[in-house]
Amino acid sequence: MSGGQGGVAAATARAKRSEPRVVDEHIVEIVSDSGEGAQKAGQTYGAVSAKMGNGVWTVEIIPAEIKPPARSRAGASGIRVRVGSKPVTNMGDEADLVVALNEQVLYGRIEQKAYKPGTLVLLENKWAQDPRPEVRQQYGTALREFRELGLDVRELPLEEACQRISQDARVGKNMFVLGMLCCICGRDLNKALDEVAFVFAKKGDKVIGHNQELVRAGFHFAEEQVDLRYRIPPTLAPGKQIVLNGNQAAGLGVMASGMEVVAMYPITPATSASHYLAGAFPRVGGLLHQAEDEIAAIGFALGATYAGKTACTITSGPGLALKTEFLGLAVMAELPLVLVLVQRGGPSTGLPTKVEQGDLLATLYGQPGDSPKVIVAPATIEECFHFVITARKLAEAFRTPVLVLTDANLATGVQPIPRPQVQPDWFAAPIDQAPWQKGVPPYDWDADTGLAPRPIPGQRGGEYVLTGLAHTRQGKVAYDPNSNQIGCEMRSRKLAVLQGTLRPPKVHGDPEGDLLLVGWGSTLGSIEEAVDRARQEGHRVSSLHLRFLSPMEPGLAGIFRRFRQVCTVEINYSDAPDAPHVTPENRRRAQLATLLRGHTLMDIDCWSNVYGQPIQPGMIHAEILRRMAALRGGV
Amino acid sequence: MFGLPTDWELDVPERYFTLEDYEGGTARWCPGCGDLAVLTAVQRICRDEQLPPEKTVCVSGIGCSSRFPHYMKTYGFHGLHGRPLPVACGIKSRRPDLHVFVATGDGDCCSIGAGHWVHAVRYNMNMVVMLFDNAVYGLTKNQTSPTSPIGLSTNTHPKGAWLPPINPAATTLGFANVSFVAQTVDWHAAHLYSVLRAAYHHRGFSFVRILQRCPTYTAGVFDELQKDPSRLLLLTGGDNPELEPDVLRGFPQRQAHDTRDLVAARNLADQDEPLPVGVLFRDPSRPCYEEFTNAGLDLTAADRLKALERELDKFAV
Repeated sequence: MSGGQGGVAAATARAKRSEPRVVDEHIVEIVSDSGEGAQKAGQTYGAVSAKMGNGVWTVEIIPAEIKPPARSRAGASGIRVRVGSKPVTNMGDEADLVVALNEQVLYGRIEQKAYKPGTLVLLENKWAQDPRPEVRQQYGTALREFRELGLDVRELPLEEACQRISQDARVGKNMFVLGMLCCICGRDLNKALDEVAFVFAKKGDKVIGHNQELVRAGFHFAEEQVDLRYRIPPTLAPGKQIVLNGNQAAGLGVMASGMEVVAMYPITPATSASHYLAGAFPRVGGLLHQAEDEIAAIGFALGATYAGKTACTITSGPGLALKTEFLGLAVMAELPLVLVLVQRGGPSTGLPTKVEQGDLLATLYGQPGDSPKVIVAPATIEECFHFVITARKLAEAFRTPVLVLTDANLATGVQPIPRPQVQPDWFAAPIDQAPWQKGVPPYDWDADTGLAPRPIPGQRGGEYVLTGLAHTRQGKVAYDPNSNQIGCEMRSRKLAVLQGTLRPPKVHGDPEGDLLLVGWGSTLGSIEEAVDRARQEGHRVSSLHLRFLSPMEPGLAGIFRRFRQVCTVEINYSDAPDAPHVTPENRRRAQLATLLRGHTLMDIDCWSNVYGQPIQPGMIHAEILRRMAALRGGV
Repeated sequence: MFGLPTDWELDVPERYFTLEDYEGGTARWCPGCGDLAVLTAVQRICRDEQLPPEKTVCVSGIGCSSRFPHYMKTYGFHGLHGRPLPVACGIKSRRPDLHVFVATGDGDCCSIGAGHWVHAVRYNMNMVVMLFDNAVYGLTKNQTSPTSPIGLSTNTHPKGAWLPPINPAATTLGFANVSFVAQTVDWHAAHLYSVLRAAYHHRGFSFVRILQRCPTYTAGVFDELQKDPSRLLLLTGGDNPELEPDVLRGFPQRQAHDTRDLVAARNLADQDEPLPVGVLFRDPSRPCYEEFTNAGLDLTAADRLKALERELDKFAV
């Protein structure tokens, strides 16, 4: 077979199978124009790997537009799958292998530092013969530039090979690529065929058979045309696992918490949680309400809560902004609510499909007046599930809104996790309709803890009027000087009480040393991986990851004091300390750092960026080394 | 048995509610405020329908009339400006056993909450929605409202309101899935009561625009209507409530109206002179969103646990 452009393809042709390289982890990307099915191929590849007992992390590469122009750099759509011998907690650094269906989308990924010299690129070569001269020229230029960057580019006639099986090769190419990857990376072909049957189960035997044929063809094509082989030995016990993304995990968490109502309005990247719930939630008796806007969504949820069915609303940045007033009402009126916030880049419409951890301060301080509430941040996909269950319980026990902050990285990352064993006590108790105890007011604050039981409509004798105005224990609008002061004290006291029940967080690494990195949310895997790497190199660095952000977990100042430097790692904006006009006095710091400085009165530094990308372990590792050098230099 | 008609009530009710059972604190509206008449009418309806106070919820937004729940001795939700309807829909979503009354003003419903107004009509959930239309913002002290007549001098338009007002009944009749629209005035207690009670009996979203006097800021707007009964056009027939002869005498102008005729209802609603009062439109066959939202209420915890296990297994590898 003549592969097109000269010698490289010829060298690839009729490749002899080389001995597989045994690696303990391997990162694959499939990049293409939007709509070519790269994500489905990658998800299937990831699922097969999980079934084989490998650790897996999958992350989608999503352009902001639904149908960006073909062959555009910004239109890169696709998927990255990191497979390891051991559990994988993040997307990793540069990819080892890329399958690219055109050369322009690769540029988009190169700009995002997704590749390194030596990364193997399997590139569709049909563009070399494109009727449009400018396309042929772009392709030629790209080949030269990629090779100058050190990428190991192999041109392959993917479409041509695919056309032998599929009338419309553009549609079937993804499954062909899946087959190729199974061959190159030592994936079990039979498991892949099973998985394809599972994925297309609803479409019938004909579609399944056709796609399986494409997978087989891709496998055989790679056997003949590609000489590299990898083996990623699986080491994980094949115990019961489920593979899902963070939004699905949160959706399952909603169902497992016993909540019956989720009210939402479409917004990226939160919506996929609702897509999942739209199908599954009714099967467990739940209601997904698509409201007319973000405000109505939280209003509807609070109505359901008021009537005894503690509800959930799911949103992202701009939706949070719109929900602010109702969130304040929930605090003031002490209504339980679970708000899952899937963070994206801001401010304003910002980066709708990209990750950021930029809403921490907005959730904490976004309401006028004092608005204490509980804020938790799952750090893993598994925690996305469990934290929603906990959030419902906290919301009811403390009669407060609980915000669960995830982000686009968790929402779209796919990972196998141990299948949760369902506990009946995760479910909410049936609503109490027994008569309300005579003489007990609707805000019967325990003077010590601020806690009070909540009357539910239907409870005879519990009739009260919920109001967002300052009110007395009786729920009456307060005109006297003391009531507002007391109400604020009681609502705030609950957080102090909750904080008293929390355990100090565990340090990853030694409990003392030179540098402590502090993170929250989806950066856990990257931070710990970077810290482990630096520790193996002999650096005295540790990390700490916070799950509770309001109230803060106890003992932080004590932990921090045992390190020479404490620095947060966050995906939100901070001024670089050496930027023009920036001084230690006016420097605007990352959000957790700002909070921790106030919380501990310690000089806590931050390292953060807003490239819209998950922070890769390699970047954190480099920052650790830079800081260790500075510390050694006594800076 | 024993020859007694079978529809006789032989059980003595365990509880009987009097007006007092629905009377919350002393209303703090201005003397002469039309809100007081509405409050009385709703309390009478609760009594006459024997609604258990614990099963009754009054929901409101913000504004003078939105203080309404505080003066009822039922459950109440005095929430945010413009947002009573989403809250009321949420309350109904999983609690079909609760009776919901919504008190909202012309600013609350037709201005800041207008988006919810459109959609709540479309959801058509079973509740009585009372639009207290006094054509002005009262609580914030005399600003132009979306229903203020052209020329009304207010603190935000001292030279007179400039824009043509919204006609709430006509507007509501234009929304998808509308199922009940009526219009009444606060100063005809019997008509107010009858229309609200008809609204209560309609299964669906019953929208009642109540022309409501504000003695402090818009006394002039309603004076003429109140003094000259011939400026009101009483709608009769269709699903309009039967009125006693002495009540009918208060309405010299009457018109028979087929309340199922949406086009006729829209034409009537568009008319100011004389102003039609009564049920403009009713269609009990419109779908109610509860039919969707209540699904699954019958599942037991065991059913739900089993279903959850199945959902988890769908992600199994």
